Amino acid sequence: MQAEFKILAPTAILGYGFPIKSFEAGLTESPDIIAVDGGSTDPGPYYLGSGKSFTDREAVKRDLRLIIRGGQKLDIPVLVGTSGGSGADSHLNWTEKIVKELASEEGWNLKVALIGSQFDKEYLKAKLADGKISPLAPAEEIKSADIDNSTNIVGQMGIEPIIEALDNEPDVVLCGRAYDPTVFAAPAVKAGFKPGLAFHLGKILECASIAADPGSGSDCMLGTLKEDSFILKPLNQERRCTVTSVAAHTLYEKADPYHLTGPGGEIDLTDTEFTAISAREVEVTGSKFIPAETYTIKLEGAELAGYRTISLAGVRDPIMISQLDDILDSIRAMVRDNFDYLSEDDYQLIFKKYGQDGVMGDLEPNRNQPANYELGLVIEAIAKTQELADTICSFTRSSLLHYGYKGRKATAGNLAFPYSPSDFKGGEVYSFSLHHLLEVDDPIKPFKSETREFKGGN
Amino acid sequence: MAQKLIDLADVVRSKNAGPYELTIDIIFDNIEDYNLVKEKAVITREKIAELYQVPLADVKDVIHFEPARAIKVTLKRPIPAGSPGERDVYGAQQHAPLLDLEL
Repeated sequence: MQAEFKILAPTAILGYGFPIKSFEAGLTESPDIIAVDGGSTDPGPYYLGSGKSFTDREAVKRDLRLIIRGGQKLDIPVLVGTSGGSGADSHLNWTEKIVKELASEEGWNLKVALIGSQFDKEYLKAKLADGKISPLAPAEEIKSADIDNSTNIVGQMGIEPIIEALDNEPDVVLCGRAYDPTVFAAPAVKAGFKPGLAFHLGKILECASIAADPGSGSDCMLGTLKEDSFILKPLNQERRCTVTSVAAHTLYEKADPYHLTGPGGEIDLTDTEFTAISAREVEVTGSKFIPAETYTIKLEGAELAGYRTISLAGVRDPIMISQLDDILDSIRAMVRDNFDYLSEDDYQLIFKKYGQDGVMGDLEPNRNQPANYELGLVIEAIAKTQELADTICSFTRSSLLHYGYKGRKATAGNLAFPYSPSDFKGGEVYSFSLHHLLEVDDPIKPFKSETREFKGGN
Repeated sequence: MAQKLIDLADVVRSKNAGPYELTIDIIFDNIEDYNLVKEKAVITREKIAELYQVPLADVKDVIHFEPARAIKVTLKRPIPAGSPGERDVYGAQQHAPLLDLEL
């Protein structure tokens, strides 16, 4: 077994960019792989539901061009996790097309492994009937119809399908939805390194330099795995890793920093120690991987919730602001009366009052205190069709503009519109529909792997 | 005047831990302040439930993570990230009520 395994992590999400100088510094370290996370559920359900990427195509292409060029130069594989932002088939195809274009533009001959993670609905319904799908709290039990209603359902792959794909010695591995640390951990585990350390290193590297001080999601980090430890080093001289920056990052986005659960088991950080070994490097020891008794894959799904139209307006009148909640209740009643032939399922009318409780809503401790001297108001309609959302938003806006509340002095109008037109179509609205665990016997079989050759050279 | 968390903590942040939960991290730049807040039990499930006006059952156990001098608490989101009516898709601005917490 080799003594060290070096991983170059260029950026926190493919398309977020990185300085060329940092990346080139990474290449001079002779890394064994370049790996990058391509996605997240953080931007919300729209992207999984619609099959579109939250990252920009040109920015992704720019990053991939530099990354694959680096991989080709050193003859090392490039791995991309959660391609296209959400990892459904359309996201994977989107990323594959970009790689194909690059191969042609750059004259590369690339062997590309594709690992699909979109799950077939009939397969999932059979698994649900078998009791193999359970909610990941606080999500709730699902029915067969919830599977049918979801537009896309993906499962987070573990390291196993990636290790298998690496057997073919690909130049590029494009994964569908993958548990974030896996594209970093899989090649290291395949090379014989300990999974606990490899996963923990992957968990940090998937955010690249966010774990450095100052942190950045758009800069490169190097991870060096050894037999009993790993070392983190930012590749931009302006940044450093400190015990605090690395340990604090371990908490990031996770409910429990000691036990990070993923496909096939958990990373146990109970005995983890962080040590500064230079002014800019931190060494980590003691992280273990505890295999689960039953192998589970996390499923994510999104379903269409309707269509959105919004209108933005400001309110400056103190008399109006002092009665705003009552006024909005009256407007709701007017909308209901005017469209009394519509049912509650046909539309939702939502008001967001920025300057009062716009950011936190029901969680806002100050929501009953007097609002500021001005308020930003978002009038939002979500309905079964775009036309109905437009109608509800429009009617609400015009009713509120001219509503005669008690003690009104400003009889010409109640709202300050910053734009004409005042209303904006938001298009499809999605909700997360699945956040569940699927029990599997085989961690590889549920994922669809294939290898393609892109010949750009002569 | 009572000292507030904003005066002592180096980092107070909130973020999604998946689409259904919000996780709050309070990080100190020295072990003394971390221990003070930990020993005074300033952050408890009850306190978080009261502050955010959510049922106690929606707040998970408070976790102390000494390697980062950090205190973590996770709560259920009233509405999952990005669903209709939800207000903060990344959950990154739900920390503010903690800043004025008195020690």
